[in-house]
Amino acid sequence: MGQRPFCKRNKMIEVKNLIKNYGPVKAVQAINFSISDGEIVGFLGANGAGKSTTLKILSGYLTQTSGQIKINNLDIIKDSHEIKKMIGYLPESNPLYNDMVVYDLLEFTANIRNITGEKFKQALHTVVEQCGLKGVLHKNVGACSKGYKQRIGLACAMIHNPKILILDEPVTGLDPNQIVEIRELIKNLGKEKLVLMSSHILQEIEATVDRIIIIDNGQIVADGSTKKLIKKHKGNIQLSLEIKGATKEKIKKLEDQIENIKINKINKSQFGHHVEIEYLEKNDPREEIFKIITKSKWILLEMNPKSDNLEDIFRKLTGKNIKA
Amino acid sequence: MNNIKHIYLKELKSYFNGPMAYIFLVIFSLVNGYFFSNTFFIFGQSDMRALFQIVPLVYLFFIPAITMGIISKEKNIGTMEVMCTLPIKDHELVIGKYLSILSLLFVGLLLTLIMLFNLIAVGTNIDYGAIFTGYLGLFLAGSVYASMGIFASSLTDNQVVGFIIAIFFVLIFFLIDKMLIFMPNAIAGTIQYLSIDYHLSNISRGVIDSRNLIYFFSMIGLFLLLTIESLSSRKWN
Repeated sequence: MGQRPFCKRNKMIEVKNLIKNYGPVKAVQAINFSISDGEIVGFLGANGAGKSTTLKILSGYLTQTSGQIKINNLDIIKDSHEIKKMIGYLPESNPLYNDMVVYDLLEFTANIRNITGEKFKQALHTVVEQCGLKGVLHKNVGACSKGYKQRIGLACAMIHNPKILILDEPVTGLDPNQIVEIRELIKNLGKEKLVLMSSHILQEIEATVDRIIIIDNGQIVADGSTKKLIKKHKGNIQLSLEIKGATKEKIKKLEDQIENIKINKINKSQFGHHVEIEYLEKNDPREEIFKIITKSKWILLEMNPKSDNLEDIFRKLTGKNIKA
Repeated sequence: MNNIKHIYLKELKSYFNGPMAYIFLVIFSLVNGYFFSNTFFIFGQSDMRALFQIVPLVYLFFIPAITMGIISKEKNIGTMEVMCTLPIKDHELVIGKYLSILSLLFVGLLLTLIMLFNLIAVGTNIDYGAIFTGYLGLFLAGSVYASMGIFASSLTDNQVVGFIIAIFFVLIFFLIDKMLIFMPNAIAGTIQYLSIDYHLSNISRGVIDSRNLIYFFSMIGLFLLLTIESLSSRKWN
């Protein structure tokens, strides 16, 4: 997703040298970032990378060991009460009061945020529509499915129409249809709010956010839009070929015939050979390969270039798989 | 103030939506009723001493049982994270929850009034003043135990551990004056002053002394303050 041109660009969150230690464990180590109004930002990292700790500090649940955080120009320690009024927060495991009726839970959350009477009715109507809660409004929270519970958590986080939404793993445990629904909802919310979400599900982050912050071992290892990150950290392109009518030895000679390519693999396949070639983007060899194949009267069954995706970049930057 | 009200109502609703309040009230009334009526007709006296003696003993187990989950359960299931990120101050959260426990306790004591009606029906020369102060003493003692219970619950995310810590606190302040004979004279007076039973027996005799009231209120204040501190310490862990 590109950045939307119509968004205002006021700096809403400014984090400087944020450090959080749990005893001897360094959870977050001097990170810096700022987020503007109307951005949807994704925190990406393996479990234990420091995503949730950062979000917990931003939500006011934890206090940093050192460093400065300003939200809408207010200091997170001095003005924590005021800041909490403008933030909607959905914690990681989406804890809810299972013994409460959904309506009562939303009413309680709204009342705490000083939304009562007619204002509450309007706010309730909006979140029920946005989160699709009509069918479960008078059910006990504990009797709702996981998908509904996630939406209830989201509804509680946004009933006061907050300027900033902090969502820690908002789609964990949802089925693919529900994921698409929540993703659309978050994208819509991001049109008028700052949305900061974390996830270790890569497709989720890629499909939902404008900007990605990759965090590893408590440090930010990359920060930028998906496209920019891929462009910046992109390595060689892998070309996958399937060729019929050639021998392994003849295919190997391609390396001598074409400059700046490297054959990584030649395996026998059902119809011929499966070949993997690596090259730099600027030395695209596909035309030459095609010419050699036709000249040699081989048959080309498949030619598929594959450049690094976000998952490869993540692995490169952190040395870990996303779902570590 | 509004937040205290909302938290108080939410807690109260959750007691009465689930089985907890009913189990507490029924068993509390049955136990007290049994011990009261056991001796009521034997002694043939128009007072409620039997009740005022048994309720503090029943408190020892019942109050830790109703307070054990009030904070620890929220920590355990994670709802405390939600609560602490709402614009609620820690003291509002603690006071709201504490008042809801006191309400449950109050309803429990109201149900024992059935024994007072029995007394009125069969007794003569009833000292209503002593009965009123007796009830006041019971409520205040229960309030102190509840403040200890809520503090114990704030120290852990395990309800059973919360129960055991609460029993430990409650027993200390209940038993402390029973051990006075082992104490040196110099500190015996102070130790006695710390005992809940000492102040409760003073009030139950029909005397409302400011020293007793100061004791009850300062104990409640101390434990509520400790609870608030214990809650806010999460930020610095």
